[in-house]
Amino acid sequence: MLILECPCCGVKADETELQAGGEAHLKRYGPGSTDEEFDGYMFSRKNPKGVHFERWRHAYGCGKWFLAARCTATLEVFGTYPAQTSAPPADLQAKIKQKRPNWEGYK
Amino acid sequence: MSKAVSALGGVSHTGFVDVAEAGLRGMITVRGDLASAKMKKAVKAATGTAVPAARRIELNGDKGAAWMSPDELLILVPYDEAVATVEVLEKALAGEHHLVADVSDARSVFTVKGAKASEALMKLCPVDFETLAEGEIRRTRAAQVAAAFWESGADEFTLVSFRSVAGYVMGLLEVSARKGGEVFPA
Amino acid sequence: MSTRLQKGGRLIDRSRAMSFTFNGRKMQGYAGDTLASALLGADQMLVGRSFKYHRPRGIMSSGAEEPNALVGLGEGGRFEPNQRTTTTELFDGAVTASQNHWPSLEFDVGAINDKFYRFLPAGFYYKTFMFPRFAWKHVFEPFIRQSAGLGKVPHARDEDRYEYAYAFADLVIVGGGIAGLAAALAAGKQGKRVWLIEQTAHWGGRAVVDGVQIQGQEADEWVTETLQALEGMENVTLRARTMASGLYDHGYLLMYERIADHTPGDGRPRHRLWRMRAGHIVTATGAIERPLSFAGNDIPGVMLASAVRDYVVNWAVSPGDRTVIVTNNDDAYRTALALLDAGLAVPAVIDARPEAKGDLPEAVRARGVKVLEGKGIAKVKGGKRVTGVSVCLQAGEGAELETIDCDAVAMSGGWSPVVHLWSHCGGKLNWDDKQAMFRPDPNRPATGADGEAMVTAIGSANGHLTAADVLDDAHKAVGGKGAAPGAVCATEAPIMPVWIMPQGAGPALRFKMWLDPQNDVKVSDIQLAAREGYESVEHAKRYTTLGMATDQGKISNINGLAVLSDALNQAIPATGTTTFRPPYTPISMGAIAGEARGEIFQPLRKTPMHDWHEVHGAHWEPVGHWRRAYCFLRTGEGVHDAVNREIRQVRNSVGLLDASTLGKILVKGPDAGKFLDMLYTNMMSTLPVGKCRYGLMCNENGFLSDDGVVVRLSEDTWLCHTTTGGADRIHGWMEDWLQCEWWDWKVYTANVTEQYAQVAIAGPNARKLLDKLGGMDLSKEALPFMEWREGTLGGFRARVHRISFSGELSFEVAVPASEGRAFWEALIAAGEEFGVMPYGTEAMHIMRAEKGFIMIGDETDGTVIPQDLNLQWAISKKKEDYLGKRAHERSFMASPERWKLVGLETLDGGLIPDGAYAVADGHNANGQRNVQGRVTSTYYSPTLDKGIAMGLVKHGPDRMGEVIDFPVDDGKVVKARIVDPVFYDKDGEKQNV
Repeated sequence: MLILECPCCGVKADETELQAGGEAHLKRYGPGSTDEEFDGYMFSRKNPKGVHFERWRHAYGCGKWFLAARCTATLEVFGTYPAQTSAPPADLQAKIKQKRPNWEGYK
Repeated sequence: MSKAVSALGGVSHTGFVDVAEAGLRGMITVRGDLASAKMKKAVKAATGTAVPAARRIELNGDKGAAWMSPDELLILVPYDEAVATVEVLEKALAGEHHLVADVSDARSVFTVKGAKASEALMKLCPVDFETLAEGEIRRTRAAQVAAAFWESGADEFTLVSFRSVAGYVMGLLEVSARKGGEVFPA
Repeated sequence: MSTRLQKGGRLIDRSRAMSFTFNGRKMQGYAGDTLASALLGADQMLVGRSFKYHRPRGIMSSGAEEPNALVGLGEGGRFEPNQRTTTTELFDGAVTASQNHWPSLEFDVGAINDKFYRFLPAGFYYKTFMFPRFAWKHVFEPFIRQSAGLGKVPHARDEDRYEYAYAFADLVIVGGGIAGLAAALAAGKQGKRVWLIEQTAHWGGRAVVDGVQIQGQEADEWVTETLQALEGMENVTLRARTMASGLYDHGYLLMYERIADHTPGDGRPRHRLWRMRAGHIVTATGAIERPLSFAGNDIPGVMLASAVRDYVVNWAVSPGDRTVIVTNNDDAYRTALALLDAGLAVPAVIDARPEAKGDLPEAVRARGVKVLEGKGIAKVKGGKRVTGVSVCLQAGEGAELETIDCDAVAMSGGWSPVVHLWSHCGGKLNWDDKQAMFRPDPNRPATGADGEAMVTAIGSANGHLTAADVLDDAHKAVGGKGAAPGAVCATEAPIMPVWIMPQGAGPALRFKMWLDPQNDVKVSDIQLAAREGYESVEHAKRYTTLGMATDQGKISNINGLAVLSDALNQAIPATGTTTFRPPYTPISMGAIAGEARGEIFQPLRKTPMHDWHEVHGAHWEPVGHWRRAYCFLRTGEGVHDAVNREIRQVRNSVGLLDASTLGKILVKGPDAGKFLDMLYTNMMSTLPVGKCRYGLMCNENGFLSDDGVVVRLSEDTWLCHTTTGGADRIHGWMEDWLQCEWWDWKVYTANVTEQYAQVAIAGPNARKLLDKLGGMDLSKEALPFMEWREGTLGGFRARVHRISFSGELSFEVAVPASEGRAFWEALIAAGEEFGVMPYGTEAMHIMRAEKGFIMIGDETDGTVIPQDLNLQWAISKKKEDYLGKRAHERSFMASPERWKLVGLETLDGGLIPDGAYAVADGHNANGQRNVQGRVTSTYYSPTLDKGIAMGLVKHGPDRMGEVIDFPVDDGKVVKARIVDPVFYDKDGEKQNV
C-alpha cells in the first residue's frame, strides 16, 4: 500500500485514494503511424524490475493525474511530478541516477 | 422552492457524536484560472471571500469558497441563491476561459458534531486528523465513496458527498458514531 | 492433575469468580484468567483432538503460538470456531466446546487413524487417492470432507459490529514487554508521535514472570512506573489487546484490536482493525520457546517450560504436581525454580547438555533437585495424560536408563525471536549458530518509501535473551539519551542445539516425535519428504503441511527446517525459512469487513425518485452501484406480466422511465468542439446549438466503449450523455486526455450526472401529458425530433430533449435533482387520464431491441467495433483522427470476415437463449463445432407477440432470410432466420410526430 504525494495538491495520498494508470510518457501514435509504432504504443510496456515512471490519478482527491518515479522492486519513491511533461524532470533523473548508479537512464 | 428536498429529509442520529443531514446547500463548481484578476472579482462578488489557497476553504457566514483542485473551486451559498450566484459568476468571468456549473442538487451535506467528531470520521477516511490544518478542506474517501470535509466550527465537521450515496454515507456515519465506539475513550 | 494453587497469581482477581462451561460442564475461573488457565485450573488438560490422527491434545503454551488448545467459543450470533484459549480472556458465562472429535472428546472414533499412521504418511493424499479413479468421488472425497476442517462453521448472523480506524504515527512499537516499554519511553521523550501496542491485556512480557530486577526494582514495579510515565505523555498512545497483524509497503501496519472479546455484548465494537501508517516500526515482539522433539511430546501434559512458569506465576495454576523438566539451555531452570517456589515437585531436570553448571542449574541443584546431564527423554508415557518419562542418553539411540513418574513435562529447546513483522515486508534473517536461532539482519531490513529502513527489531525479537541486553538494545535502537535502564539477571551458559531427542533415535521413536501437533507432522514425515525429493523448505512444508495449521508453525517451523537440514545434510541457513506472511495470528472476518456489511456493504446509489419506486412495487436491478427498477410489480402480478403491461402502455399511450442515472458531463471551452471530435467517432463540433446527436466512443483499441446523446448547449458548451455505468469512467477518460495528452487545449469538464433528475416520457400521449403541465411549447414545430429547449414546465426548471430510445414520441426532461421527486409525482398526476405508469429497465431494453437499437454491454463486450454493429454512419470519414481511428485501420478490424449485427427470428416464434452460438459446418482443431455467430440480445416482444433477437453473424447483413442453427441444451436446435434488426416501425414514423 503505497503513499504518493500528489504534486497538484500536496496531499500525501493513500493508495486507496489513487487510481493507477500504467506506464508514463507513452507517445500516442494515431492514423498514419506504422503497425509497429501503433503496436508499441498500444501494447508494449517496459515492466522493469527497478526504476519505473508511471501514471497515477488522485481520484478521491483533487482529481488530477500526476506521474511518479518508483522502484518496482523496493517500492522506493524517487519523486512525483505533474503530468504535463513528456519526460521526467532532469533533477529527478539525476536523483535517481545517484540512488541507482546502475540505472540505464530514461530512454 | 418547497418542491426541492434534500436526499434524506434532514435525518439525524445521536451517538457519541451527533450526525445529521444538513439539508440543501447551494454549491457551484467553478473551473478556470484561479490566479486571474477576474476570478478574484468573481469569487469576491459571489461569496465576499478571497480565492482560497490550495486545499483551503474561505468562509464568510453562510457563504464560502473551497479549493478543489489547481483549476477548480467550489462556491458555497444558501440553496436559494445558487441560480443567481451562477449568473454573478458567469458575468464576472465572461471573456475568460472558464466553466461554471450549479451542482447544488448533486450533493448531500452532513454535519458531525461533538468533542469526538474526528473519532467518527477517522474510521472512514484515510486522513491524519492531527495534522489537519485549521481552514483546510480535505477531499478524500469515506469508506467506498468520494467525500470532502472541513472543520466548520468548534467540535464540528461538515462533510459533503454525492447525493445518490447520501443513504450510504449516513449509514457509515451512524454506525461510526454509535455509542461505545469511541476510539479514544476517556 | 492440573489445579489452582492456593496462593499467588499475578493476573487473577480471586474476589471475582467467573463461571463458564466446557463441553457442557460447568467450571470456574477468575477475572484475569485466560480460557487456558481457567481450564487448567479446573483440571481440564485434554482440550481437543489433532487434525489427522485425532490424537488427544492438551494445552501446550501460554500465548499466540498455541497449536492445540482451540475451542468453539460462544453461541448463536456470537459463536466462533478455533478460538485460541491461551489468548482468549475468560469472561463470565463463556460457553466453550472442544473440536475435531466424534462422538466425544474422551472417545473419538477418528482416533483409529492413529493406529494406521504407517498408511497415512506425508503426502498420503497424493499417493492414496490416485487409484482407482472412481473412488475419489464416491469414497475418498466424502470421507475427507467428513473429517477435514477444524471447528464448526457459524450459522447465525454475527451479532457484533466491527470497524476500521485510520491512524498515523512517527513510530509504532509493537510489543509491550520491557523492550517495547523502554523504547517507548526513550522515543516519547524525544517528542515523537509514538504508539506502543501489546497483543495481550497485560504489559511487561516475560520479564515480570521471570523475576528480573530493573533499575533496582522488581520488573513488575518498573513496568507499572514506566506505564504511568508513558500515560503522562501526550505524544504517546498505549493500546493493549492490540496485535500487529501485518506490515505492508510504506509503513502500512494492520493492527487488530480486540475491544470487546472479553466483554461480549457491552455495546462496543468487537474488533477494530487499525490501518496505521507509521514512519517507522519497532518490533519488540519477543521470542517464542521451541519444543523438543522426543517421542510422545504431543501427549497432554507436555508443555513448553516457559508456559508452565507462566501458568504458575501469572494465574496460580499448576499443570501438574510432579513436573519433569527437559531442556538444552539454562532458561528452563527458571521453571524449576518457579515450581519449587509454588511448593510443587520437580523430580528431575533432564538436560541434554553434557554439563550444566551455570547460575541457574546450580540454584536448582541447591534446592535438592536432581539434574541429569547429557540425558534426554526416550519417550513419554501416557495416553490422554502424561504418566511418566523414560530417560535415555541424549547421544544414544534411546535405550531406557530409568523411568520417572510425573504428570507433566516442561520442555525447552531454546528460543526463536518473533521475526514475523520484521520479515513481512522483506526484512532478512541471519542464522546465529551460537544461540541456534534466526535473528533479524540489521543490514537487510524492509525499506520504506524513502528507501531507508522502516523496521527496527529490538530486544528478544532481535535475538537478545537477557533483560540487561534487551533494555540496552531497546534504548539505543530509538536513539535514547543517556544510559539504558539497567537490569540484574542471572548469567546463562550457552544452549546446545537439539533437534531430535535422543540424537540417534530410530524409526519407532521418530514416528512419535511431533513437530507440528495441530497438523500432525512428525520428524518422520519431514525425513520422508526429504527422501522423496521435496528438498526446498517451501516444498517440504506443502508436502507435509508442516506449519500450515492455524498457528502457522510458530513453534514447529524452526525444528522442522532443522530436521530437514539434517536429512539433507546441509547447514540450517542453507535450508532457510519459509515465508512469513500476515496475519501474525488469525484475525476475524468481521474485522476484515469493518463497517461494510448489511445496508452499507457497498454504496448503493439512489435516484431522487428511488423512494417513490420502492413504494410502488419496484423490482430492483443493480446497474453498477445504482439500483434501477427492472419493472414495477402490481399486486398479484409476475415480473413477465409487469414488463409486458409496461411496454403495451408505452406503445399505446404513455409511460415514464426514471433515466436519472444516465451520465451527464459538461464539456466547455474554445477547444471543446475539437476535443469532442477526438473523443467521439462522429463529428460533434458541427452540431448546431439547440440540437442533439447520438455519438459513439471507442477506446484506442478501436472497441466501442460508450454511447449516448450529445447536446450542444451553447457556442462553447456541450453536454455529453453517457451510459448509466459509464459516467465516472468517461469523465475520467476525458480528464485523462485533457490532463495528460492535450493539456494545452482549452477545455473544462464537469460531471453533473447527479445534478439532474431525468425522466423519459414516452408514448403517443407523451406530448399531451407534458402539455398538461404547461409552460413550454413542445409542438413538433417548436421542438423537432433531436432538438432540445430550456424552460419552465409545470413550474419546474426543465431542459427538454426530443430524443427516443423506445421508438415512440418521447421527451427526456431534466430537472434539478432536488425537485426530481416532485416532478415525477407531477407527471404521474398529470398523466392519470392516459393511464400513465412507470416502466422499468426491462421494458426499456425490449423496446430498444424492437427498434434495433444497440445497448453497450449487450451488443458490445469489449471486442466489438462500431462497424460490426453497422454503425458506419456514426463514424466520420472527414476527420483525420479520433480515438480508435488508427485501430480501425488494422487489417483484422477492416476484415469482411468479422461477425456483424443482424436481427434473428426463430421459425417457431419462440426464444433463443441469450449468448447462444450459431454453428457452422465442420470442426475446429479442438474437435469443437465451428461457429458463425452468437446472440447478443434476446427478448419476447409483446408488441409483436413473438421472440426477437439480435446477434452478430458472419457475413450477416449479406445473408438476409437465411436460416441458421443454434444448438441449445439437451440436444435441441433452435432454427432462426436472419432478418433486419429493426423489428418495429422501420421508418421511424412513431417517434417523429
